[in-house]
Formats: sequence, structure tokens, C-alpha cells
Amino acid sequence: MVDIFYPLQWISDKLTYNLFKLVPQTHLADSINFIIYDVLKIFFLLVGMIFIVSYIRSYITPEKTRKLLGGKKGICFNLIASLVGTVTPFCSCSSVPLFIGFVEAGVPLGVTFSFLITSPLVNEAAIAVLWSLFGLKITLIYVLSGVLIGTFGGYIIGLFKMEKHVADFVYKIKSKELEEQKQSQKDRLFFAIKEVKSIFRKVWLYVIAGVSLGGVFHGFAPEGILAKYAGNKILGVPIATIIGVPLYSNVMGMIPIIQSLVGKGLPLGTALSFLMAVTALSLPEIIILKKVLKKKLIMTFVAVTGVAILITGYLFNILI
Amino acid sequence: MKIKILGSGCPKCKVLEKNTQIAVEELGLDAQIEKVTDIVKIMEYGVMSTPAIVLDEKVLSYGKVLFSDEIKKLLK
Repeated sequence: MVDIFYPLQWISDKLTYNLFKLVPQTHLADSINFIIYDVLKIFFLLVGMIFIVSYIRSYITPEKTRKLLGGKKGICFNLIASLVGTVTPFCSCSSVPLFIGFVEAGVPLGVTFSFLITSPLVNEAAIAVLWSLFGLKITLIYVLSGVLIGTFGGYIIGLFKMEKHVADFVYKIKSKELEEQKQSQKDRLFFAIKEVKSIFRKVWLYVIAGVSLGGVFHGFAPEGILAKYAGNKILGVPIATIIGVPLYSNVMGMIPIIQSLVGKGLPLGTALSFLMAVTALSLPEIIILKKVLKKKLIMTFVAVTGVAILITGYLFNILI
Repeated sequence: MKIKILGSGCPKCKVLEKNTQIAVEELGLDAQIEKVTDIVKIMEYGVMSTPAIVLDEKVLSYGKVLFSDEIKKLLK
């Protein structure tokens, strides 16, 4: 099979040995070569993924989605909401307007939560970084778990019938009918290019920092060091999940570090739980949601999502 | 004419506001630009994807950071 990333290896070799004039086969040269290659690969997939998903996003807007899901009950609508969540932006500043908009359009609470859980959990930038570092198989498993966590998490929250635990002002908002904005193919492509630029500008530094730190760890930490301390497949999962919640660092920078930890013996399920907790249960997201949810509903959201993440982590620790 | 920029104060909204200012100046329009950050007021326009630009109570675009040239086309 032809390695589509071969040109990137060629560039990293040129940079390491010709430009930086490092001696091949040395520890330093290997590490630098490795870091440059990973960064290039991530950048390549990032640009590609953001472009494709942003183009799709120009068709599947939240404004259209809420019309589609208004008044629809049943687990298949949880699945649809969760799937739509995968292509929507991952900025936590948009979760409040999305929440209000969905509830206002009569989308059931559980279906709204399916969307709200998956939206930050599965996003194109994280997929690109996961894909370049962990490979396609684990990335697909991550995406599938994310969609299922959103579907069932939302469905279960819906069963609790907690409509009265939504902030009262949410139900008083009456919004005007919004005209769908007309977009030509050129507009959509232009939008996708702009998204690539804006997201790339936000994450590139984190990617370089994360890959470099991961590379240092990969090169200098003794083999299996984590297997001894974090290798416990039972206790590791809840600890990783709990550590992940307040750690709202940029997940793009976090993935390369976690990958190097997996290389040193951190079980994969524990690693996935950690990454999912960082993205889906971040403290800032919880604080922002407090504007529209009362305490009990927030706690239910955190508990249900947290348990779903734990189950996923355990499942992987058992299966892999 | 009255232009409103809807957005909760994220960096994207600031860019849109700046670009709108440029568009208005270059067209030589006599327009007031107002920033709307209150989430309830934003929702009343039916907008969920911010930033959005509103001209005389009509939503022109949402979920996009338009360049000043694009805004000029919409304002004409």
C-alpha cells in the first residue's frame, strides 16, 4: 500500500538532517524528526477535516436542526441529534444559545441533551489529531462511542422528565421565524476556508506544544513506567475521568501527550475516558450551562455523562 | 438605518463588528451600529449561531464572520 504520508516523512527528513544538520541515528535527531513528522501529519489532517466538516456544516445548521427535531420523541431522534452534534462547532460559548433554541422549538429535553453531549465530544479537530496519532481504527471507535454516549445519555436524561429544572426564563423566550440564509456553492466553500483558518489559528500552537512534550516523554521516560502506577485497569478509569473534568486545556494539545502515555503503558480505555472527560465535562462548559439549567439538572447531566464515560473506559480496558 | 451585531462577546463577534464598521464607512452610510450581547434578545431574533448581523430588525446573516466586502453587498 502506498503511504500517503510519505511526502511528509520526506519533508521531515530534509528539515532534520539538511536544514538543522542533525546527525542521523542519534537520539536527538530521531526525536526531532519524529516531532516534525507528527506535527506535519496532524496539520495536514486538521486542514482536510475542518474543510470537509465545515462544508457539511454549511448545510446542517442548528437553525434547520431544531425545526427538524421539534416535538419529536423516541430514541431514533436522540440518535439523529447526536449525529448532528458531531458536525456542529465545539465552542462552549455556543452551547447556551443552542440549548435555548432547541427547547424553544419544542425539541424534547432528552433529545436536546443528546445533541449537547456529542457536540463537544466529537469534533473534527479532535478527530484529525486522534487519527494521525492513534490511527483510523481507534478514531472510529472514539467517534462511535461518542455518538452512542450522546444518544443514550440524552435518552436517559429524557426519562427523568426534568423539564421544570430548566431556568424559567428559557420558556418565556419567543423567537421570530428566521429565514434560511441563501448560500451559493462559492459562499459555502468560502465559509469552509474561513473556518479552516480560524480553527487552525486557535489550535496550531497547542498541537506543537503537545507533540513536543509527548516526544520528550516518549524519548526519555523509561518503558512501562505508567504500567506500574496508572496501569490499574479498574481504578485508573474513574481517576482519569475525575482528573479530566477541571482540566480544560486545549484537547488538541492533550491528545499527543496522552498518546505518549499510552506508549508507556497507560491502558487505552483509561486514556479515552480521560480525553472524553476533558472535552464533554469541562468545568467552563458546566459553568456556562448553569445559566440555563438548575442545579439538579446540571448534576444529572454530569452524572449521566460521567457514568457513560466510565462504562466506555472499562469496556475498552476489558476488550483491548 | 440601524445595524445590530448579535453575539455573546466572543472574538468572532468583535471581528464582525469591526468589519461592519469598515463597510459602513466605505459606503458612506449614515448608520448606527449597536452590539447586542444579551442572550434573551439574541434568541428573540431566532438566531442560534452567532455572530449575526441585523439590519433594521431583519437578520441578514448568522453563524458567519463576514468580510467587509461581503457586508457591503448585503447592505446595498
